[in-house]
Amino acid sequence: MRELVILSGKGGTGKTSITGAFASLAPECMFCDADVDAADLHLLLNPRVEQSSPFMGGSLAIIRPEMCCECGRCRELCRFDAISESYEIDRFACEGCGVCVDLCPEQAIEFPVQQCGEWFVSDTRFGPMVHARLGIAEENSGKLVSLVRRQARQLAIEKGCNLILTDGPPGIGCSVIASLGGATAVVIIVEPTVSGLHDMERVADLAAHFKVPGMVCINKYDLNEAMTVKIERYARSRNMQILGRVPFDSLFVAAMIEGKNIFEHSPESEAAGALRSVWCNIMDSQVMNSLGIRDLKQVIQ
Amino acid sequence: MIISVASGKGGTGKTTVATSLALALAPDVDVTFLDCDVEEPNAHLFLNPALTGEQPVTTFVPEINEERCSLCRKCADICRFSALAAAGKKLLVFPELCHGCEGCLEVCPENAISAGSRSLGVIESGRIGKMHFHSGRLRIGEAMAPPLIRQVRKWENQSEITIIDAPPGTSCPVISAMKNSDFVLMVTEPTPFGLHDLRLAVEAVGMLGIDAGLVVNRADIGDDRVRRYAEDKKIPILLQIPFDREIAQSYSQGRTIVERYPDWADKFKGLYRDIMRIVMHKEHG
Repeated sequence: MRELVILSGKGGTGKTSITGAFASLAPECMFCDADVDAADLHLLLNPRVEQSSPFMGGSLAIIRPEMCCECGRCRELCRFDAISESYEIDRFACEGCGVCVDLCPEQAIEFPVQQCGEWFVSDTRFGPMVHARLGIAEENSGKLVSLVRRQARQLAIEKGCNLILTDGPPGIGCSVIASLGGATAVVIIVEPTVSGLHDMERVADLAAHFKVPGMVCINKYDLNEAMTVKIERYARSRNMQILGRVPFDSLFVAAMIEGKNIFEHSPESEAAGALRSVWCNIMDSQVMNSLGIRDLKQVIQ
Repeated sequence: MIISVASGKGGTGKTTVATSLALALAPDVDVTFLDCDVEEPNAHLFLNPALTGEQPVTTFVPEINEERCSLCRKCADICRFSALAAAGKKLLVFPELCHGCEGCLEVCPENAISAGSRSLGVIESGRIGKMHFHSGRLRIGEAMAPPLIRQVRKWENQSEITIIDAPPGTSCPVISAMKNSDFVLMVTEPTPFGLHDLRLAVEAVGMLGIDAGLVVNRADIGDDRVRRYAEDKKIPILLQIPFDREIAQSYSQGRTIVERYPDWADKFKGLYRDIMRIVMHKEHG
């Protein structure tokens, strides 16, 4: 089972538009949206939800006022300034560590597990998909990403898919770390801007830190060709394969408005051609093929 | 006055708007700029501050004195994050899982735990002319952004205006960056992805009870669903920025809108006046 994770560091470089486009090129593929915080892939793949399950995240401390003697012990212990002078818990500040719960001398604090979101198993016109929605302002996004990836992997084995395509979140924090661990390879979608390059360097460092090989695709390359060259130079210096350049094209937005990917909307466009070649380069890459052999199992058999 | 600049979707132009707003106001007012997008801080690339200092930020992790430890497991029992575990005759610590609640330190009966530290990242500080600048930078491999964001925000309220560049999304890092600000300026683009993520951001801001206004970036692409949504939800659209290849290209080189088009400074000053009017109106009923 191979899993390809699409990341970018910087938001808005085209991760989801490109993942959605790859869906047209990847037969027997499982799709996984690991951007549980602001998921958008479903807007392109239009999944029919077959099964939805609650995501139980961390617990939240709740003080029972009738049992509280206002001794101040919890306020003294809380490292997150989550308890007010009137002994109310700020749910946005509470980290769910439970120290106040365990050490309250009156045992006046409850600690119910919270539902922090929902996750879904769905079917799309391209194949099965696992995705989720983290509740607004919730924590534990990394935990939900790990859950979604685990479910996608299990379902992929059951359904005989040989590839998982995972649309990742922006940044380099908790949910990105959870998206990355154990993946076969990462494709970093970069835009040719100073911030695109800066953020890509940090994702490349993160991928190296977790020992996942990285490849680079430059999107909207013609917005700044000098910067595109600089990014390619950087990619080579880090030994990351360059997959290709995709031009800036307003057709991506036009396709998005119709809920289609670029191959469904404008298969003959230059951008579609560029993406097709990027996809071939991914599938032919060394990192996606153990020992350079595309299907090792078949060769052995 | 604390204004945080946020968006659900990434790459809609938060940093563009935040830096241009700060540069437009800085000649006349005392401004502090805080880059709270600590996973991918970018504002320094556009503001080019003269850096004056770098402050390391750490968080608590337990350090075990094995000679004193009696393997009673009280520390492992109180830890909700599995950062401590007793295995055989050894107490194991997984510092990267620790959330820094210090519960273990509190319950250890043998005084065998002391306060160690784990690096969260750094805060870089500097000046752009008169403007104060502080930017958090999360250490590669560190999962927890909120405690670093809270440290960056210790620098707020030292000027008349604090502008916070927030991370994308709607989960805990964004909440840490927006909480207790006076106004949230949401930046979006008029596309289905932009609208979908804007709805989530509006819900998050609503939960915090903060007033919000909208900047529509690349206003002439996509469709008019974002504008209809804003009208429906009574969120004022305070500024529209057209898609302009010139703006996109100067952005790619690290130049803000007000540098490329100096007459836009007036529009950003107008944006600030509108924000002031909304915040004042609320305060005075």
